[in-house]
Amino acid sequence: MKSKRPFSYLSFASFAVIIGVWCLLTYGGVLNKIFLPTPTAVGQAILDMYKDGTLGSHIGASTYRILVGWVLSAVAAVPIGMLMANSKKFSAIIQPVIEFARYLPVVALVPLTLLYCGIGEYQKFVIIFLGTFFQLVLMVNDTVSSVDKNLLNAAKTLGASKWQSYVLVLYPASLPGFMDSFRVTMGWAWTYLVVAEMIAANSGLGYVILKSQRFLATDKIFAGLILIGLIGLLTDWLFKLLTQLVVPWHERLGDK
Amino acid sequence: MDKLCIKNLNKTFTNPNGNIVHALKDINLTIKEKEFAVIVGPSGCGKSTLLNIVGGLEHATNGIVQVEGVNVIEPGADRGMVFQNYSLFPWLTVKENVEFGLKIKKMKPQERAEISEKYIEIVGLRGFEDALPKTLSGGMKQRAAIARTLANKPSLLLMDEPFGALDAQTRIVMQELLASISRKTETTVLFITHDIDEALLLGDKIYVMSRRPGCIKEEITVDLQGERGHNTLVLPQFIEMKTKIMQMLWQESKDAAEQK
Repeated sequence: MKSKRPFSYLSFASFAVIIGVWCLLTYGGVLNKIFLPTPTAVGQAILDMYKDGTLGSHIGASTYRILVGWVLSAVAAVPIGMLMANSKKFSAIIQPVIEFARYLPVVALVPLTLLYCGIGEYQKFVIIFLGTFFQLVLMVNDTVSSVDKNLLNAAKTLGASKWQSYVLVLYPASLPGFMDSFRVTMGWAWTYLVVAEMIAANSGLGYVILKSQRFLATDKIFAGLILIGLIGLLTDWLFKLLTQLVVPWHERLGDK
Repeated sequence: MDKLCIKNLNKTFTNPNGNIVHALKDINLTIKEKEFAVIVGPSGCGKSTLLNIVGGLEHATNGIVQVEGVNVIEPGADRGMVFQNYSLFPWLTVKENVEFGLKIKKMKPQERAEISEKYIEIVGLRGFEDALPKTLSGGMKQRAAIARTLANKPSLLLMDEPFGALDAQTRIVMQELLASISRKTETTVLFITHDIDEALLLGDKIYVMSRRPGCIKEEITVDLQGERGHNTLVLPQFIEMKTKIMQMLWQESKDAAEQK
């Protein structure tokens, strides 16, 4: 981690440039405040939300929906993807269906989910599940299929049964790939959540953005966007940390 | 009883172009208890395929493979394998790797620890019990892999060019180590290599394979007296045998090249 310090400098700098340009455009009076609010106004909007207590509840509502929908999807996708990688028969049954479903835009499914599930929490879980599950199954399948065959052969010649080679070799060898897939699909989950919240919800960050549009409150829209970005940054960082904890043995290009 | 007995073994497969390739042809081979047998052959002659068939990882098209009189149909702990690319489990420490097979046998932790300690000592990895494979050098990884296989007490040890990826100096050290281990543990070994020096340093018996379709061209009994080590490489009998094998392999490689 120590060697990464000079690079975090660079990451910081890239944000500084963006904020700098933003300041220039707004305080410098280049753009109308309706189009691009000043950083102060956006900060104020977040502060206001914090003061009237809605900040926590919106973030909480969104995070909760993400967690439930995404965890359900991950829990279902891992065993199915692993089975697909190991059984040609099972793969023949399920792969075409998943390939088909994966190309259906989740946004196009929103009307149906509203019809079937109403406008409650349940519908949000379903949207996030549909948006991530099919992709995740294929990603898990790919990860498991590309595990070094020599490791499985080694396990077999050490006496491992088929089941033991799944649990003791295939699963741990796939974990780094799983963690990457989890991190990527978690990002998609946020996208789908905001879509769901903008269509039918009365809480959550997507709802904040949509409601602000009606009042032309661009400062609040930007506040919502920045909050989503920050939460994304935080989850990504947490995932990287978690990956180091779960698979400390994993060697990556660029390590050392 | 012979430790390993291969009778009239053939292996053919269909390559991606749809052509049938005859990889192994009429292989007959017997290895006695405690014997160190080495197969040398030009690259692509099917020697690894033969080893994989004995290990149960591939199937012969026809013919018989028996270990201690029992037909080989699938991989098993009785035939331990050491691979060229080490194949250590990267998420397990050296000790956990060595204990992998023992854990599968449901051995108690204390018993496991005793055995792993013994073999880690034998291969000279003491002090590295808790190291992860990614922190080890190639030679050390192969030491750990050998310990992992030996700890399982296989009745036949199969080695597929285990030192092929190591640098020349490390290779000689590893060859001497393996020679002493196999003598100490009285393990029967079937070893595959394309390196003639290695074959003569380690083998009691050397089988020279032809180019594809691979068959056993010559069986040579090595009668070098005493302990073999890096000094053996300059003995007159050594050079005589080496020359003989080299000529055979050279002819095979040349023919193979012209065939293409």
